[in-house]
Amino acid sequence: MKIGVFALQGAFIEHERALAKLGVETAEIRRRAHFTDGLDGVILPGGESTVQGKLMREEGLFEPVKQAIEGGLPVFGTCAGLILLANELTNDKNVYFAALDVSVKRNAYGRQLGSFRTALPVKGVGEVEAVFIRAPYIERTGKGVEVLATYAEKIVAVRRGRILATAFHPELTDDLRLHEYFIGMAKQR
Amino acid sequence: MENNRSELNRNLAQMLKGGVIMDVTTPEQAKIAEEAGACAVMALERIPADIRAAGGVSRMSDPKMIKGIQNAVSIPVMAKCRIGHIAEAQILQAIEIDYIDESEVLSPADDKYHIDKNAFAVPFVCGARDLGEALRRVTEGASMIRTKGEPGTGDVVQAVRHMRMMQSEIRKVVSMRGDELYEEAKTLCVPYDLVKFVHEHGKLPVVNFAAGGVATPADAALMMQLGAEGVFVGSGIFKSGNPAKRARAIVQAVTNFDNPKLLAELSEDLGEAMVGINENEIKLIMEERGK
Repeated sequence: MKIGVFALQGAFIEHERALAKLGVETAEIRRRAHFTDGLDGVILPGGESTVQGKLMREEGLFEPVKQAIEGGLPVFGTCAGLILLANELTNDKNVYFAALDVSVKRNAYGRQLGSFRTALPVKGVGEVEAVFIRAPYIERTGKGVEVLATYAEKIVAVRRGRILATAFHPELTDDLRLHEYFIGMAKQR
Repeated sequence: MENNRSELNRNLAQMLKGGVIMDVTTPEQAKIAEEAGACAVMALERIPADIRAAGGVSRMSDPKMIKGIQNAVSIPVMAKCRIGHIAEAQILQAIEIDYIDESEVLSPADDKYHIDKNAFAVPFVCGARDLGEALRRVTEGASMIRTKGEPGTGDVVQAVRHMRMMQSEIRKVVSMRGDELYEEAKTLCVPYDLVKFVHEHGKLPVVNFAAGGVATPADAALMMQLGAEGVFVGSGIFKSGNPAKRARAIVQAVTNFDNPKLLAELSEDLGEAMVGINENEIKLIMEERGK
């Protein structure tokens, strides 16, 4: 089992640490040559989606990654990662992979003063400590998208097939269950 | 203050890692910076090179100007207050700034005390030249650290000196015996718990960026190789010939700091870099402010 973690910008080391604790091998993806066939899944970490999306294109990663996700490569996106996966952003003209039929509102809880931490029940995982940092939420889900968690009536975690996405950051806590859940998805491939 | 606020504020800095934070003075510059891949912008009326040239007292920027930049971009917006200026910091918090830089670039308002940053809900970043300064700022509540460097010079030598100093002091603390940490805490004038954290983790308890004098993609790559987790670029971008292109190149250089072949391509045809001033040519030493 080997998971690629996109290391263009943001909190990628935190994901690598979580996977290491689960005994999973990781590889940092910074440029095209790092995105190889031997990966059992990839993680799109938290950070700034505008920066990551731009670097993804400049490094020539965008098309191959998009095709791989469409071809069924398991992917886990957290916060910025959710934004990169979404079909539509309701307050931003950018669209990136458009691999997940959801509409996402960026910075939906406002600026840093709106950031928060809460206990959150996640379907199939249990109650986790969820950290929201200038986080987005999901305003609409399309057919086949399963809602895994809601907070204050807003959707904050979803799954469709081999795509898992959260508006919060499991990589910022010591709770490894969402990573474990994703590894389970990757193993089913 | 609810105790998870400081954790959330440290978390925001984690999201900025591997990124470039750019000084901007107008909404137009902010958009150029965002478009070029800045992970945050620092809103200020004059960039450090101009502050240096103009002389006089340098203060917090007009909140209206900062709000204009907040409305122009979707990435985090930071702004500077003077060292020790509690009221300026309160004003910046009132306009919901994402990060306050209690900065030696502005004229200090207090020559003895820094702001008690633990009393605020918004996060603070502070400059430091060595491990002691960094940990004192963390004790006061800073949730991110940057090297001071020497702002507005386009000369990277001080940032390098500060980053090397911090990293070598961290390595020293890591190599100490457990019973030596108490004395080290006294020497550094910082709480024992923070020294113990550095001893156990081999890093600061908060994210550590490089700042001051970064002007080229190579400068940015150098700072990353020396252990910075990201880079602030102040005067280096909008004092150069082609700001958009230089900004893009510096963003890519931070991600690819270990790839000389790409750095060579990124360094081509950037137009004129900011002229810069050498350290022996300047009279005002900003790094001396706030210890």
